[in-house]
Amino acid sequence: MKIKKNIAVSENGFVFDPTTGDSYSLNEIGTEFLNLMKAGKSKEKIQKEIMNKYDVDEITFEKSFHDFIKMLATYQLIEDHEEK
Amino acid sequence: MEKLRFERPIIKRIETGMPNKFGTKTEYDPISHIDGVAVADLIKKYGSPLFVVSEKTIRKTFNDAKRSFYTRYPRVQFAWSYKTNYLDAVCRVFHDEGSWAEVVSGFEYDKAIRNGVKGDKIIFNGPDKSEADLEKAAKNGSMIHLDHFDELYTLIELAEKKNLKPKVAVRVNMDTGIYPSWDRFGFNYENGEAWDAINRIMLNKKLELVGLHTHIGTYILSVKSYGIAASKLSYLASEIEKKYGHAIKYIDMGGGFASKNTLKGAYLPGTDTCPSFDEYAESITSGIINSEIKPENLPFLILESGRALIDDAGYIIGTTLANKRLPDGRRSMIIDVGVNLLFTSFWYEHKITPAHAFTQHTEDTTIFGPLCMNIDVIRQNISFPVLKKGDQFVISKVGAYNMTQWLQFITLRPKIVLIDLKKGVHIIRESETAENFIRMEKTPEHLTSRQE
Amino acid sequence: MKKNKTAIPPGKVKKPVSSKSKAVLTQASPKPKPSRKRIKITIAVTGLNNTDNPGPGIPVIRSLRESKIFEPRIIGLAYENLEPGIYMRDHVDKVYQMPYPSAGTDLLISRLEYINSVEKIDVLIPNFDAELYSFMKSSAKLKKMGIKTFLPTLEQFEERHKAVLSEYGKKYGISVPKSTPIYSVSEVYNLSRDFEFPVLVKGKYYDAYIAYNNEQIINYFNKITSKWGVPVIIQEFIKGTEVNVIALGDGKGKTIGAVPMRKQYITDKGKAWGGITIDDKQLLKITRDVISKTKWRGGMELEMIKTTNNEYFLLEINPRIPAWVYLAVGAGQNIPEALVKLAMGMPVMPYTEYEVAKMFVRYSYDMICDIKTFEKLSTTGEL
Repeated sequence: MKIKKNIAVSENGFVFDPTTGDSYSLNEIGTEFLNLMKAGKSKEKIQKEIMNKYDVDEITFEKSFHDFIKMLATYQLIEDHEEK
Repeated sequence: MEKLRFERPIIKRIETGMPNKFGTKTEYDPISHIDGVAVADLIKKYGSPLFVVSEKTIRKTFNDAKRSFYTRYPRVQFAWSYKTNYLDAVCRVFHDEGSWAEVVSGFEYDKAIRNGVKGDKIIFNGPDKSEADLEKAAKNGSMIHLDHFDELYTLIELAEKKNLKPKVAVRVNMDTGIYPSWDRFGFNYENGEAWDAINRIMLNKKLELVGLHTHIGTYILSVKSYGIAASKLSYLASEIEKKYGHAIKYIDMGGGFASKNTLKGAYLPGTDTCPSFDEYAESITSGIINSEIKPENLPFLILESGRALIDDAGYIIGTTLANKRLPDGRRSMIIDVGVNLLFTSFWYEHKITPAHAFTQHTEDTTIFGPLCMNIDVIRQNISFPVLKKGDQFVISKVGAYNMTQWLQFITLRPKIVLIDLKKGVHIIRESETAENFIRMEKTPEHLTSRQE
Repeated sequence: MKKNKTAIPPGKVKKPVSSKSKAVLTQASPKPKPSRKRIKITIAVTGLNNTDNPGPGIPVIRSLRESKIFEPRIIGLAYENLEPGIYMRDHVDKVYQMPYPSAGTDLLISRLEYINSVEKIDVLIPNFDAELYSFMKSSAKLKKMGIKTFLPTLEQFEERHKAVLSEYGKKYGISVPKSTPIYSVSEVYNLSRDFEFPVLVKGKYYDAYIAYNNEQIINYFNKITSKWGVPVIIQEFIKGTEVNVIALGDGKGKTIGAVPMRKQYITDKGKAWGGITIDDKQLLKITRDVISKTKWRGGMELEMIKTTNNEYFLLEINPRIPAWVYLAVGAGQNIPEALVKLAMGMPVMPYTEYEVAKMFVRYSYDMICDIKTFEKLSTTGEL
């Protein structure tokens, strides 16, 4: 899964999707997640980075990550298909 | 390096335009301690969920109310409304503060006696008093508040037969300009029924008319209505004075004061709209003082306030069981407190607060209880901080009615603890066990024998 | 700031004024005295929703900007991120987002404490019905913070509620249409005893619809309660011309300003899109009467129906300045300016005249904004 390329994420957790015109707000960890995903990191890498920085166990990370992905999908911020 | 606290990552669409039904950000602080005792410790030791009663808050609230009335009227007496919360420990705190008991059944009456309340300090209200109840109350010199003519005549008969002189008060219902106007208890003021009942008592002479009583409704925000009610009762008192030269001993204004909870459908929160004790007191006492009752006959003012005195002192603390996405992307959160324990969530938007620090980020959330029943919803729409499985929370202002109206349904009821003035924690009701219920049930033999 | 003790009549008063204040006011004064300098003042204003159902915020700000006495710094207080006034930077000097009144006064006050620590607000003018209660309840706290308001008392506010308008009529001797509050759908079927169709179905704070049958009432009941809660008010529909008065009471029974207006064009939301000041002495008399009997404090709008028999029925009292206030300014009465003077404890001379047949025509206007502006407001709550 890939985050839409043209999405802008600002430092203070403001997300703008230029294709739909919708804006979103993230909490601190949401911002971290989204930036790591935008940078094209794999889930394993993201997990490693997050677990290094935050006090979180594997299962909680797993659940949070999937829930977050689900929300990104709901908001259509994920590209299902590869760019042509 | 110490690791940072992890919060669930969230992303939320920024809504543009007009107010939505989820209201605003929840910017309040976490409640990590109740009266200095950590929520986490309470749950660890006594389990989750857990009702917590603050003795400090009961005493403080009671004394606030007392002060409001005493500073305006010389003769005031509170009577603790048993049905609001009849845990013995809670009742005894009120009795220790000088409250009488106000009961509405034989069960409650006996409870008051067991709590050490003298018979002549018990007010017996309600439409259902058996003959045995009436006889016991009459013998003990309790104040029997008459609800209907059938009761009046039963009591007259009883007085004759047993050679007693029961002390009675007439419960009056009336129009005080509020909606709904309670008209099912007692005798009506406007159509003359109350005056009729008074005359029958006075002329019969078997009963001693000691008081007049009204209870205009519940969760009444209109302070003015209490003034109207007080002046209507005072008018009856002065008419009794005139016609019979008889001074009644007390006017009982009942209860019905609002608590600071927010009613469903209300736009502004209860903490803003709920009148203070001072406002209620001002309205009620002016109603009596400005009446034509002779100064030397100034009656006692009795108050049976329940909800307003105990709601703030009760908490239920619990644990997040699960988070779940609903098909429309809305978050739902399942907690271990359901409507079986929190009956009042049918009419209040209860305030729920995480027990640990949280950021200002919130999600539109529906909070469900743990029951496998569609109606088990604690908050339909709340903008709530992000909690994960195992996180604890506190629901505030649940001291009234929940610990009496709760249901043994699907699961067993938890412990109730009281935190005393010195941070000591006491179990005041044990959690239920399966044995409690097995003991009460009986299976007919033809059903037990079929097992093989 | 120098305290100005001179009685300054506001705006374009045509009556002769005392020589002392004349010197202050006259434009042609050869050597303007230092006191002519406008007083710097910080005023916070809500209701920046200058939409087709406009809040009074922007018109109030325009009125204050035209004050001859004050030189205001305007702090806009917004509840929503698309309230147009937020982006009208000629009108607002700074904007802060506020928690909804439904979140409770504690939050409201703590937000205002923060804003006040930055801005040092002198006067606050709330413009939403739904927030007035919270501000009135907190007016003592605001005063402690140095923020002055000039609002009706809680009693004045409560007794003019739509749900109790008939009692209000009785108490003050004003004709009002028959009305009753209802709390549940089941009550709708009992209405036919007292009401004939059509009836007006009104929300506690906002919204009004005409219903021609029970089904429509139920429909509107549900629509209104989902937004504003109960009760919903059912009101007799009285045929006639709707006339409105904007007025300002000094809290002691005196009317400081009053301008009557008739709507010339009404939007589908029932809001005036054009209006004209009228010469209606009877209407002004009723207005002064209401203000003197109730000792009304602050701005108000009276909504009345004038029947063909020249009877006047009071439909509603809005306990605040209405959105068409700028028409009053155009007609010679700067009511927001006078309200600020009252709030500041300055002496105020009542307006006695206004120009008849002044008109207002509303228009809408598209501003071009940048997402950066929106982002800043959404993430920091300030702009």
